[in-house]
Amino acid sequence: MILPALCFYMFSAVAIAAGVMVISARNPVHSVLFLILAFLNAAGLFVLMGAEFLAMILAIVYVGAVAVLFMFVVMMLDIDFTQAREGFLQYLPIGGAIGVALLVELGFLVAARSVTETGDPLTAKLPDGTGGVTNTEALGQILYTKYFYLFQAAGIILLIAMVGAIVLTLRQREGVRRQKIASQVARRRDEAVEIRNVTPGTGI
Amino acid sequence: MEITLGHYLVVAAILFTLGIFGIFLNRKNVIVILMSIELMLLAVNINMVAFSTHLQDLVGQVFTMIVLTVAAAEVSIGLAILVVYNRVRGTIQVDDINLMKG
Repeated sequence: MILPALCFYMFSAVAIAAGVMVISARNPVHSVLFLILAFLNAAGLFVLMGAEFLAMILAIVYVGAVAVLFMFVVMMLDIDFTQAREGFLQYLPIGGAIGVALLVELGFLVAARSVTETGDPLTAKLPDGTGGVTNTEALGQILYTKYFYLFQAAGIILLIAMVGAIVLTLRQREGVRRQKIASQVARRRDEAVEIRNVTPGTGI
Repeated sequence: MEITLGHYLVVAAILFTLGIFGIFLNRKNVIVILMSIELMLLAVNINMVAFSTHLQDLVGQVFTMIVLTVAAAEVSIGLAILVVYNRVRGTIQVDDINLMKG
């Protein structure tokens, strides 16, 4: 039983280290790459907890879509990032104080909750009453029946986000030559061709 | 060497704190602030999946999926706003975003 513990410590250590690098990396491209690393290790933690479907969703949706979106925007915007780093040390004391205070509070919460003392080992076992089906199947069985409206609402949220992102970033540029198929097709012979009678030796 | 719920909660708490710390540390860089928010959402997701496994109840995982959906929508809209803002003003410095004098 030492292998899950080792995996847990490895995944969580790398995730936390990557989280530290996300907020302290000098170059935002490195931040995005460390964010991808953190997400992948969190996916590993999900697998350890028995949530395989969510782990794959995290790897596909976050690493494949959201992190790449971040990467595109960081590379597209072309910002002077040295300027953006100003005041890093200036905000360090207050940020550190608030962070440490929050961490201590959360630590008290975890300690006082006494789940650490009495808790059973958190192993990936299938929930009762699902008849030995896999995690994905069990999730589908309740997501498409009991939580169907929630599922639909999530779809509508994604649709609105998609429409919003397109509406925000679409722009009509001036002075760009585009192919206008309608006006090309609607062209007639008498406005395209002109017939002149040219007498020899004079030219037009 | 048994890994209990508390271990996962501690990891999630550290990640959440890192997210908040990142927001304070990178006050001038909106992109890193968005990434810190992503870290915080990830910590919350770890918490919910841990409790879902602990309580043997799949609702936590359903909720995590909804959170993932909303986070993806939030990131796409936020980055779109950032791109439009950069196009209009030519900067995304947080200090320069004072058009409404709020």
